[in-house]
Amino acid sequence: MSRLTEFGNDLYTGKRSFEFVGRRRVWFTIALVMIAVTLVGTVLRGGFSFGIEFRGGSEFQVANPTTLPDGSIDQTLAADAVLSVVPGATPRVSIVNNGDAVRIQTDQLEVSESNTIRSALAAAYGVDTTEVTSSFIGATWGNDITRAMLTALVVFLFFVAAIMALYFRTWKMSVAALVALSFDLAITAGVYGLLGFEVTPAAVIGFLTILGYSLYDTVVVFDKIRENTIEESGTRTFAEAINLAVNQTLVRSINTSIVALLPVGSILFIGAVLLGAGTLRDIALALFIGILVGTYSSIFIAAPIYALLRQNEALVRKKDKRATEARSTSGAVV
Amino acid sequence: MKKAWRSLAWLAVIVVGLTATLAGGVLFSTATWTPKLALDLEGGTQLILAPRLESGQTVSVEQLDQAVAIIRQRIDATGVSEAEINTQGAENIVVSIPGVPDDSTLERIQSSAKLEFRPVIFTDVATSSAINEPTPTPTATPTDALGETATPTPELVATPTVSPTDASDPNWVTPALFDEYTNFDCATLAEAQTNVAPVGEPLITCEAGGGFKYILGPVEVAGETIADAQAGLQATSQGGSTGRWAVNITFNAEGTEQFAAVTERLFAFPESDPRNRFAIVLDGVVISAPTTNAIITDGRPEISGSFTQESAQILADQLKFGALPLGFEVQSSDTISATLGSTQLLNGLLAGIIGLALVVLYSFSQYRMLGSVILASLIIAGIITYLIIAILSWRQGYRLSLAGVAGLIVSIGITVDSFIVYFERIRDELRDGKSLTSAVEAGWRRGFRTILASDAVSFLAAVILFVLAVGNVKGFAFTLGVVTIVDIIVVSLFTHPVMQLAARSKFFGGGHPLSGLDPQALGAVYRGRAQFREPAAASSIKQQSSGREAAKRQTIAERKAAESAAALGKGKDS
Repeated sequence: MSRLTEFGNDLYTGKRSFEFVGRRRVWFTIALVMIAVTLVGTVLRGGFSFGIEFRGGSEFQVANPTTLPDGSIDQTLAADAVLSVVPGATPRVSIVNNGDAVRIQTDQLEVSESNTIRSALAAAYGVDTTEVTSSFIGATWGNDITRAMLTALVVFLFFVAAIMALYFRTWKMSVAALVALSFDLAITAGVYGLLGFEVTPAAVIGFLTILGYSLYDTVVVFDKIRENTIEESGTRTFAEAINLAVNQTLVRSINTSIVALLPVGSILFIGAVLLGAGTLRDIALALFIGILVGTYSSIFIAAPIYALLRQNEALVRKKDKRATEARSTSGAVV
Repeated sequence: MKKAWRSLAWLAVIVVGLTATLAGGVLFSTATWTPKLALDLEGGTQLILAPRLESGQTVSVEQLDQAVAIIRQRIDATGVSEAEINTQGAENIVVSIPGVPDDSTLERIQSSAKLEFRPVIFTDVATSSAINEPTPTPTATPTDALGETATPTPELVATPTVSPTDASDPNWVTPALFDEYTNFDCATLAEAQTNVAPVGEPLITCEAGGGFKYILGPVEVAGETIADAQAGLQATSQGGSTGRWAVNITFNAEGTEQFAAVTERLFAFPESDPRNRFAIVLDGVVISAPTTNAIITDGRPEISGSFTQESAQILADQLKFGALPLGFEVQSSDTISATLGSTQLLNGLLAGIIGLALVVLYSFSQYRMLGSVILASLIIAGIITYLIIAILSWRQGYRLSLAGVAGLIVSIGITVDSFIVYFERIRDELRDGKSLTSAVEAGWRRGFRTILASDAVSFLAAVILFVLAVGNVKGFAFTLGVVTIVDIIVVSLFTHPVMQLAARSKFFGGGHPLSGLDPQALGAVYRGRAQFREPAAASSIKQQSSGREAAKRQTIAERKAAESAAALGKGKDS
């Protein structure tokens, strides 16, 4: 059997144990440092850079372009023409009206740049400059989409907190899960800001997927905690029972995040190596970061916060006292 | 055993049912075997909408943004087509939709849908041409035919001599207005678009189809007071269905009050008087002008007319999302190629295959032959997801975008997680010293609960985002919801029954070292097939509430003993 299985055995019995709950100060500090780094980094870089879908941009249309011998239109000419004027731009090129025109959309440009691009496009497609029109286009991801999405998010968080509170019979798990979720979203967004990646609709959809994944992952860990803490009445304190539960699901957490990261990693790899910037890379990057951070937060943040929230409850204290007493009389070591 | 086969039979029924549905759709309807692709992968049609402006009128940025938002909601109401809508220049709107739009889609997008309730002051059978025909109105003041032009003669009095007291007051009808009315040609109504009078003025218009001409009073209830609108079959007073489609409107408090006041006044007129009727005017055309049979105080009138199911649905959607601040017309309609193109899709699929292969390899490394159960479950999940998406693409206008493809690839990981949760629970039960068959059942009870709870969170996210969000987010939510449901179907109707059956096989049930369920490797004590030596305190497992922890501790002791025994006997354990 693989080593991970043996590792799992030891974690299950408690022979081997990581202090997820006990050393929470360390984990919280790491989390706060990560947030601080990404936040400061984002601010220093001047905030997020939003894509053309959010801010609008410039559109060029080349009428009656010269076609290739087979009658098709070489779209790379357009991209090259734009890149020759604005290096690092990500033009979106499409063919309009069955090949009568080429449409190119870019981030918003200065008037001078836009005129240079017009001549470059005209040269590239062998047409007169008058055949190239330019106009300003508005955002396809308008404020109405953002507003509707935020409303939906607030409603969702409210419902999910209520449902978790009902299912686990304690609102404290909802709070812990939402704290972990905010951490995931903050870090993922922060990495985008820190590295200066363009925020596109695909990236936003990636964030939303993380939202679901992070809560999903936390629920799995919390369900094990629920099982252990309702059955538990022996020699473990409440915090230790939680810690055992996290340890017992650790193999599952590792396996799940590896299995979730493999397809995302391959999209990221293919996207970055073969395609450069684009939808696939945007969505995969958000997910890759989000899954890593989501796994971290379920184990190192959600569970310790839950322990922290419950430790001062009278019932928990009584139980803990009994457990410590039982241990000192029996001499068992945990 | 029987139950396991029954579950698998249900799964077969689902797969065969979905396949048959899709096959039926392909043979007898417009379905295709492959899901339709979204704008970014397949291209579509780019419509440029220009506002209908009167001379001197300008469009503000707010009006344009508002129009974009309303058009987006109208398009979203047809399904999950992932259209792209944005502004172009200072006054145009560009709508890019996959495929080729039909007339009803164009109608849905461009018409303003400005609804007004106006009282009828005067009505008449419309003439096909107003020129040189005697007016058949018995009460009308005789006017001469005005020759070639239909413009009112300037010298006629254009302002009421007596100021009207209410919207039904005939004093609204000035000689100039009546002259215009007499010369109004219903055939020009569609092109004119100038017949939308300001809300405080009377309006001359015709019924859709041109059967009747009307002089209507000022607007009494405006479309903005509509809270909701639903298309439905018209009900008779006995509660049966007339088989005719109608649009049921719900007013907000303001509209309800206004509407009650209007119907109260109109009800006082005798039924033979045209002033007993109120006209429902959409974009300047009368849809219907029913007589007032009762005072309507509940604010829920019904609009009937010559509706089909489709046109009733379109109108209901338009009313629900509000009128466009301006009328628009399609200025140009061009095909547009995919913005991303086929290479992106192919590379996306390649990434998916590589990712899938890695997941399967990892599963085999972790779970040995149980990896084959994961592989088979993933294949089944893939087939069901594909069928559902193809069917929804046919029935609901679902379009697969590249973001959707990425979402599906990502879902591989989340689907496999259910299997991992389940298998880890089985292993935990084996570690507690249970036999495989009972470990499978106990692991399932606990594991399925966790799977349901965590999937419920994902599904909740999908439903709420789908209902409340618009645009691309809606498409994403749809994919997430489908994947979550498929996950539950597969894990309960395939993975679990297969495990139940496998537990009875010699290979898995016998705990073969390559089965992934070898109790020795899992630290349990095992003697032979289905023969467990009961751990010393195993009976206390039954007293789950209190004795569980004690039982576990005994099992560790057992495990250690077994380890030393195994070390003596076999010498290796990995």
